[in-house]
Amino acid sequence: MLRYIGKRILQLIPVLLGMTFVVFLIIRAIPGDPAQVILGQQATEESIKALREKLGLDQPWYIQYFDYLKGLLTGDLGESLRTRQPISTEIWPYLAATIELAIFAMILAVIIGMNAGIISAWFQNSWFDYIAMVIALIGVSMPIFWLGLMEQWAFSIELHWLPTSGREEVRNPVEAITHFYLIDTLIQGRLDQFWIAVKHLILPGVALATIPMAIIARMTRSSMLEVLRSDYIRTARAKGQKMSKVIYKHALKNALIPIITIIGLQTGLLLGGAILTETIFSWPGIGRYIYEAIGYRDYTVIQSGILIVAFMFVMINLFVDLLYSVIDSRIKYN
Amino acid sequence: MREMVSNSADLTLKEEKVVGPWKVAWRTFRKSKSALIGSALVLFFIALAIFGPFIAPEGINEQKLQDPTLRLAPPSSEYWFGTDDFGRDIFSRVVYGARISLAVGFLSVILSIVVGSFLGVIAGYYGRWLDTIISRIFDIMLAFPSILLAIAIVSILGPSLQNALIAIAIINIPNFGRLIRSKVLSVKEEEYIVAAKAIGMKDSRILYRHILPNSFSPVIVQGTLAIATAIIEAAALSFLGLGAEAPQPEWGKMLSDARVHLMTAPWTMIFPGVAIMLTVLGFNLMGDGLRDALDPKMKN
Repeated sequence: MLRYIGKRILQLIPVLLGMTFVVFLIIRAIPGDPAQVILGQQATEESIKALREKLGLDQPWYIQYFDYLKGLLTGDLGESLRTRQPISTEIWPYLAATIELAIFAMILAVIIGMNAGIISAWFQNSWFDYIAMVIALIGVSMPIFWLGLMEQWAFSIELHWLPTSGREEVRNPVEAITHFYLIDTLIQGRLDQFWIAVKHLILPGVALATIPMAIIARMTRSSMLEVLRSDYIRTARAKGQKMSKVIYKHALKNALIPIITIIGLQTGLLLGGAILTETIFSWPGIGRYIYEAIGYRDYTVIQSGILIVAFMFVMINLFVDLLYSVIDSRIKYN
Repeated sequence: MREMVSNSADLTLKEEKVVGPWKVAWRTFRKSKSALIGSALVLFFIALAIFGPFIAPEGINEQKLQDPTLRLAPPSSEYWFGTDDFGRDIFSRVVYGARISLAVGFLSVILSIVVGSFLGVIAGYYGRWLDTIISRIFDIMLAFPSILLAIAIVSILGPSLQNALIAIAIINIPNFGRLIRSKVLSVKEEEYIVAAKAIGMKDSRILYRHILPNSFSPVIVQGTLAIATAIIEAAALSFLGLGAEAPQPEWGKMLSDARVHLMTAPWTMIFPGVAIMLTVLGFNLMGDGLRDALDPKMKN
């Protein structure tokens, strides 16, 4: 097992190197003089020259890349061109906000998606099955940024049930410790703020959860249908066992592997969706961090933001790979 | 007796009647209700794109700024989908938008198929170091969440609809490249290819005559589903300000412009969103139907 993990990590090295190179290219491949493009038309000759030196653009590209890698290995992500703060310290609150939102969305997607899939499979061709699968199909085709806008309109503006945007109340800010607000408010025993934080999570969480929820529901349904047809399930049902026991004790265990694969893949894809969701809900996460950087032409932030998200994506995929080799002992490690 | 003989002759004739694989696929496709609904939606939007100028009552940029009652006017019998903040007819703009979204969807996917097939064939057929390099590049590209890679590419090339199209085409290349590569690898070892090589057929002819036609159906299936994703991605890029520019009636751009009027004029964002959803739904349903008909093994 350890050897398998080691091998998978070794295989990742060229991919990670390639990723850093692609990200490194973001500034260098800007057509024309990158320093000029970043600073805009009104920039003076001196400021352009200074930026060129600061970004190391006056060096040959391989030295630039080597320096960039050296920086990354020591945890140096460069400095934001706009705020002049080191990105590695600036990025954490944003990252924590995204992770909190993504975990919340994924829990929502897994609980609702899997149960909808299970019930659909058990009552195959019933009205529930039919409606659930139509909703799932629409969910897959839904542009999440539009869904987010519709949610805001319906639940905030028309019904006033939930806050439109942000992560906390401006007048009642959360005192950040870990920057995971659900945890921070609990540590401080501020249940009122905890509830506010949950309320802020619901709309962006649902928007972000919709596509994975729909895909998990479809996958669970088809995987369960396959298992439910098998002899041992028929035996369990014939013995008169309760439906819940047949499903959760017998069927689900065997239907789980493809479902877990899909959950893992979707968790990675969620990170991409987070950029759009965060933009709509003004969620101060890494997606919004990148989006704002695009507006300010803050290329060092764009670079590092994309690298961090891509790194998380690769790590989640690795984790899923390892996880299902643990769950399904039939998967050989070599 | 004679009658019986002729009957049995008829039966053998019927049994020998060969049904081609396309006909079989069409029969399966035709039976699926959802595939037919999907195709109807796709045809509807294609018609909208082609006949847009005859359907839309107004042009894309006919502003009515002088009359304040026509700015952000709610849907009515005159303006079916209402008007936006410049007093432009949203229905006309949604109709014209079909042209942009479908063009971006089709063109970007065709571009990905062409480049992806080329790279996939080279990697699969010639193998060795070329395969290693191309496959590693695909791995690296797939290591990014696709919208993020698209954002990176557009931020290099500069924001415009054309660059968004190129970015979407690039991010889809590895999907088609891998598909074709795996198909080439499996077909390459077939006996008839070995035979073709033995009689001295040129590589290019083998690829063109034998290998590519064999990869046709999975590419069609993947391509249809990819158009759906491409349309959403283009809308997302425009929504983020990295694609279409004013006054182009691109659906994602229309949504991003409508955001500020969320409280006062929700119709400005409802209709472009519904248009995106129905188009994408159409391609998804059609793609699922095609997959079941052409390549049942691909299911799940």
